Amino acid sequence: MSGNVTTPALADVVAVACAEAWRGDGEIFASGMGTIPMLGARLARATFEPDLMVSDGEAFFVSGDLPIGSTDKTVEGWIPFRQVFDTLWGGRRHVMMGASQIDRFGNTNIANIGPWDKPKAQLLGVRGGPGNTVNNATSFFIPKHVSTVFVTSVDMVSGVGYDRAGQLGGFIAARHDLRRVVTNLAVLDFGGPDHCMRLVSVHPGVSVDDVVANTGFQLHVPSNVPESRGPTDDEMAAIDRIDPRGFRHRELPS
Amino acid sequence: MTSTPRSKILTEDQAVATIESGMTVGIGGWGSRRKPMSLVRALLRTDVRDLTVVSYGGPDVGLLCAAGKVKRLVYGFVSLDSIALEPHFRAARQNGSIPEPVEYDEGMLQWALYAGSLRLPFLPTRAGLGSGVMDVNPSLKTVRSPYADSEDLLAVPAIRLDAALVHLNRSDARGNAQFLGPDLYFDDLFLAACEPGRRFVSAEKIVPTEDLLKEGTFHTLKINRSMVDGVIEAPNGAHFTTCEPDYGRDEAFQKAYVEAARDADSWQAFARRFLSGSEHDYQSAVTTWRAEASAAKEARS
Repeated sequence: MSGNVTTPALADVVAVACAEAWRGDGEIFASGMGTIPMLGARLARATFEPDLMVSDGEAFFVSGDLPIGSTDKTVEGWIPFRQVFDTLWGGRRHVMMGASQIDRFGNTNIANIGPWDKPKAQLLGVRGGPGNTVNNATSFFIPKHVSTVFVTSVDMVSGVGYDRAGQLGGFIAARHDLRRVVTNLAVLDFGGPDHCMRLVSVHPGVSVDDVVANTGFQLHVPSNVPESRGPTDDEMAAIDRIDPRGFRHRELPS
Repeated sequence: MTSTPRSKILTEDQAVATIESGMTVGIGGWGSRRKPMSLVRALLRTDVRDLTVVSYGGPDVGLLCAAGKVKRLVYGFVSLDSIALEPHFRAARQNGSIPEPVEYDEGMLQWALYAGSLRLPFLPTRAGLGSGVMDVNPSLKTVRSPYADSEDLLAVPAIRLDAALVHLNRSDARGNAQFLGPDLYFDDLFLAACEPGRRFVSAEKIVPTEDLLKEGTFHTLKINRSMVDGVIEAPNGAHFTTCEPDYGRDEAFQKAYVEAARDADSWQAFARRFLSGSEHDYQSAVTTWRAEASAAKEARS
């Protein structure tokens, strides 16, 4: 460790930024797909959002600070896939997913790269993306913020963005809720004009220009962009409890 | 005079012999979890082709794609869970060798099976609206709510299956089947959406009816015999996918499967070693492979 102890590790800044996505959500299912979103959800519950429900990533709601990778869990409920669908269609969930491509209005793609008919790279398929994005709050964690991911137009819309939701009108347009995008460089949301993507904060050591240069579409940049905050002492203690083996640093080295 | 109930017990090969080319086959489980792999392996040994396969896909879809048996594939995803991308499915999509891919949202697929099971023409949902699913499935239609809200909803068309294949932990000889793991997935819907005649349950163990509640509560009895035509005893039948709590995923073998899929030669060698014989041959080959792998590991340490 260098003499300057005030610079937190990237993975810790990002964990806090992910946790912040769930601030104010109350007693709903906070679902994080992957190590860092899962850490974020558990961190939020361990600190400022104690009523959140989190799962073990399989089929159970767990109470307490279940460490990432641990199976020593206290079950507080059963959430098999069918009930996940029921819960999210009922709007009682906020999921943080990945995205291989994302555009200015938050249309996302986890399905395939290149034309759908004959993809250059077949990825997962749309999975639950279409249902998630029109039914419950959705955030995204993107570990590699580059212009080939932040694109002008996604190859397959697996997650519905604000422009498409707006065209649908009615219930969906009124409740469509893409919350935030956390990357290795910055925190973003959809608070720009017409719900376009807006830069919220840049991580320590990252400039606004870095983010703009790595974004393949026009980003809304407010005149003052603060630095993403590091963890408080309480949050750092919670991060160490939830990820004692430091899996987060493997995903996001400083 | 009393008549005795017929036993539904049969072998994997007898079950899949009823499946004909061009049929619609639903496969239970989820990703690389509790897949009816022994039935899929049996299907690989037949000469059926041009299947429509409906699945929350894992290696079942991969193997059927690799064998060139899939004409139409209805899926929300195909994944091996701990390894995100299924190599054969990936190759088949990238080669364009699945003639009619039908890509749905995961919840849409549930709705399609549920509608099929209830004999309804469709069920409404918001899932799928506004997404690429609508773009790549131009035959999907919306339906307007007849109530004051007048909302336009996606009418997910029902799927009816000609055959359903699922793997459970326990079953009795008549098809009262039991899941002991964390999730039934949608196995009950696959069976319920299937025409009677080819609804097959493989199970780790066939037990007397009176023993069904010895290992799990009545809540685990979600599949009753009216939903099942044939029962196959298939110990380790979900291998290499999970079958909790009987066994977890064989991660090392799954990794070997993925590595073998990297090129045609290594896949042929893998298929020759593991998939060229009976289910018994497969299980023996896996046992030998495991012994070799652990011996190699010991030699290294």
